[in-house]
Amino acid sequence: MDTKITLTKALDMLKKKECSSTELVQSFINHATAKRHLNCFITETFENALSEAAEADKRIASGSSLPLDGVPIANKDLYCTKGVQTTAGSRILKNFIPPYESTVSGNLKKAGAISLGKLNMDEFAMGSANLNSAYGPVINPWRPTSDSKKDLVPGGSSGGSAASVAAGLCLGASASDTGGSIRQPAAFCGVTGIKPTYGLCSRWGMVAFASSLDQAGPMAHTVSDCAYLLQYMAGYDEKDATSLNVKIPDYAANLKPEAKGLRVGVPKEYLQGLNEEGQALLQKGIDWLRAAGAEIVDISLKMTSAALPTYYIIAPAEASANLARYDGIRYGARVDGATLDELYQNTRHDGFGAEVKRRIMIGTYVLSAGYYDAYYTRAQKVKKLISHDFDNAFEKVDVILTPTTPGAAFGLHDKNDDPVAMYLNDIYTVTVNLAGLPGISVPVGLSGEGLPLGIQLIGPKLSEQRLFNVGLMLEQAAQFPHFNAV
Amino acid sequence: MKNLVQGQTGLWEVVIGLEVHAQVVSNAKLFSGAATAFGADPNTQVAFLDAGMPGMLPVLNKFCVDQAIKTGLGINATVNKVSVFDRKNYFYPDLPLGYQISQLYYPIVSNGYIDIDLENNETKRINITRLHLEQDAGKSTHDLHPNLSYIDFNRAGVALMEIVSEPEIRSSQEAMAYVKKLRSILRYLGTCDGNMEQGSLRVDANVSLHKPDTPFGTRAEIKNVNSVRFLGQAIEYEILRQLEVIESGGAVVQETRLFDPTKGVTRSMRGKEDAMDYRYFPDPDLRPLVLEDARIDAIKATMPELPDTKRERFKKEFLLTDYDANVLVAEKEVAELYEHIVGFAKGQGAAKLIANWLIVEVFGAMNRDDRSINDLPFTPEYLASLVDLIIDGTISGKIAKDVFVKMWETGKEPAKLIEELGLRQVSDTSVIEKAIEEVIAANAAQVEQYRSGKEQVFGFLIGQVMKSLQGKANPGVVNTILKQKLSSS
Repeated sequence: MDTKITLTKALDMLKKKECSSTELVQSFINHATAKRHLNCFITETFENALSEAAEADKRIASGSSLPLDGVPIANKDLYCTKGVQTTAGSRILKNFIPPYESTVSGNLKKAGAISLGKLNMDEFAMGSANLNSAYGPVINPWRPTSDSKKDLVPGGSSGGSAASVAAGLCLGASASDTGGSIRQPAAFCGVTGIKPTYGLCSRWGMVAFASSLDQAGPMAHTVSDCAYLLQYMAGYDEKDATSLNVKIPDYAANLKPEAKGLRVGVPKEYLQGLNEEGQALLQKGIDWLRAAGAEIVDISLKMTSAALPTYYIIAPAEASANLARYDGIRYGARVDGATLDELYQNTRHDGFGAEVKRRIMIGTYVLSAGYYDAYYTRAQKVKKLISHDFDNAFEKVDVILTPTTPGAAFGLHDKNDDPVAMYLNDIYTVTVNLAGLPGISVPVGLSGEGLPLGIQLIGPKLSEQRLFNVGLMLEQAAQFPHFNAV
Repeated sequence: MKNLVQGQTGLWEVVIGLEVHAQVVSNAKLFSGAATAFGADPNTQVAFLDAGMPGMLPVLNKFCVDQAIKTGLGINATVNKVSVFDRKNYFYPDLPLGYQISQLYYPIVSNGYIDIDLENNETKRINITRLHLEQDAGKSTHDLHPNLSYIDFNRAGVALMEIVSEPEIRSSQEAMAYVKKLRSILRYLGTCDGNMEQGSLRVDANVSLHKPDTPFGTRAEIKNVNSVRFLGQAIEYEILRQLEVIESGGAVVQETRLFDPTKGVTRSMRGKEDAMDYRYFPDPDLRPLVLEDARIDAIKATMPELPDTKRERFKKEFLLTDYDANVLVAEKEVAELYEHIVGFAKGQGAAKLIANWLIVEVFGAMNRDDRSINDLPFTPEYLASLVDLIIDGTISGKIAKDVFVKMWETGKEPAKLIEELGLRQVSDTSVIEKAIEEVIAANAAQVEQYRSGKEQVFGFLIGQVMKSLQGKANPGVVNTILKQKLSSS
């Protein structure tokens, strides 16, 4: 069986009994096995997937199928999975087998989705190229037309999620987004990804990076696929005090292309520094929306330039505390030492990669006595101002249109050692996390090198349905070649 | 009243501020839902959060919040409508998350006070700066193995209230009175069991000295004192230590010290240079705690009568002395038992007598036999019966003491004991008259002395009569009849 299908199509085929879950899952396992060199999986659970597929087939045959029954997906290795190694891309959690299942991966499982394994990622979700994984980089299945041998990065931190979907190794994947970690790799790999409103998906059982910004979301080929996945990933969870107690709409049932009468804001600050290719793509988006009856409104989000520095205070501050538990005492890797302090130092020196250490140090510094007010308190104030910026904008517009990234995927072996240059990858996505808003990236075009480019839609809190609907309109207009990389 | 300490260079004033860590009475921990029973096998009451497992999140236990609100109301404080949980960051093996969830910037309770009772019967108001909720740490044990440490996470995450006084305490006696009073209030409220031996209540004391009307001196903090007596000893030692340091030209170092109860000294644990930077910041896993008026009002409606109010009521209602009332209200169980017993008594003025019996006889026997108030060898109502039997003249107060001893030994009802032992008081005048006549006849010489004006002999004669009636005669009746007989012939 061909794996060049969407999740929505597969659900339909299963429903019409055009194929069995076992056939479907086996095809994806075969393909994933053939594409192991992309290094998408940290842990494969193929055998278990096949036995779950057999169960799904029984349910389907008996007419008691679940909403996502029999569909092969995979989980970012940030989600704790009961009985299955969960590393968060870090050496410090090598061989860590959680005795519990995260709410998000559990919800997908309860809906009948079948996990093929755990997907590679930047260590503790810190990165924009998947170069920070202790389990090696992920290779983007797309190749530039000028150099078909050149390996590209998939983006990050959900690089494994994006690349595995793009390469047809699974039909959808859980991912997470703290500053752009769903939308940026989605754009780089030509897939769709949505970061929902903060609190829509439970964080319980998801390895924490920056708690006030972390948000789970799905990645898949199409808007419709993402609508199905988010529907079942999301939901109130009393085990997460920041979880939103709201009813999740039936996104897939309510999905329809939407643009007519819609006010679409284009923030001028997001055009600065955008190359010609990017500008042309954004213009295409504007034209499609206008042609479909939307009104385009020039808006200003004045605090945009402060977003990245603010993010790089708040996120590392929270991370420095969140990662303190990895001390070698109770689980995970331990490197002994002559004293307790030595044990801590050896374990964390050996267990964490360079970027994680850098952020722990930044976070520790900004929270230190004498610096706290200058950095952390001020960053919290700016975070509020960024939210106000969006609140004001949403009085005038229904949705905001921006590029997802400043450019297309870059080479795996390019000079990638300047952390600040790397941080700039998230310049268009990070504001959304700081404001707690939903944002979706839809692949809408190819660069001159034939590489995917994404466009981002940002909406007010809990406007996921609107983002899906406007995203669908763009998707239909763009006719993106979803399976070119498969 | 000024409590000043005489040094070689003049008078010094002692300045003490206390931080009390009170474990909240709750079946579940502050954020994890795991159980909190004392003395369980190691690591049997540990949720994934308490072990700091990846991806685990804290969810605030509402009951612990209610307990903190109740305590806030009980110490006359402001319950803050908005408070925030912060992370206090430091590494230690018994701190599984690498941070303690506490409240630094916005505590749940501020600005309270309690009135402490001093030995000279005065009271002094001590202001309380704040009360905040926080997690306890686990327990490390270092002496079970030559080069391994053991950790028990049962206590990790248990809810504590940290109650911080203003530095208004001026002596070890005041410090002890403060802890006693605070403990009494917490126990009345049912928000902390106050069991210092089990570590449910621990005290940190900040002690410094200064010359009156000059700025405060440098303080040393004595950590984790776990008895009121040790607190007094630790402070006394610390005052003398600091006095010696200062007066010999040295300076007190700001540091953390530990009290060693076996040697009676405090010892430096870590100095200021090792002081940690805890890098407090608001815990992003928890939203600010917002309290509605209705919730606070509902708790207000369940507030029990607290010791100060109860003492005033006891004085008024039962005509008790200040001293008796204070003794009876100090422990909630004693006050409750006292009222319970009074409820059973029928005689006029029984309440006051019961207070005496409880304080003198019952407490005396309890101390002697090392029994607790919840573990008396007789049904408490029997004390009411005993007092009633004195009031209605069935037995004398003196005989009652014998009955009490028997009651303590056997647990039997006083009326039954009186019957069994034939202790019923003799008020029958014919029996008493007969005995008196016999005594007068047998002691002619003494009777003569009395009649010639040596009145002291009267006591001797009374004693003889009582002796012949085995002490059971009603002393009032004996007195009257004997006087009549002696003057009549």
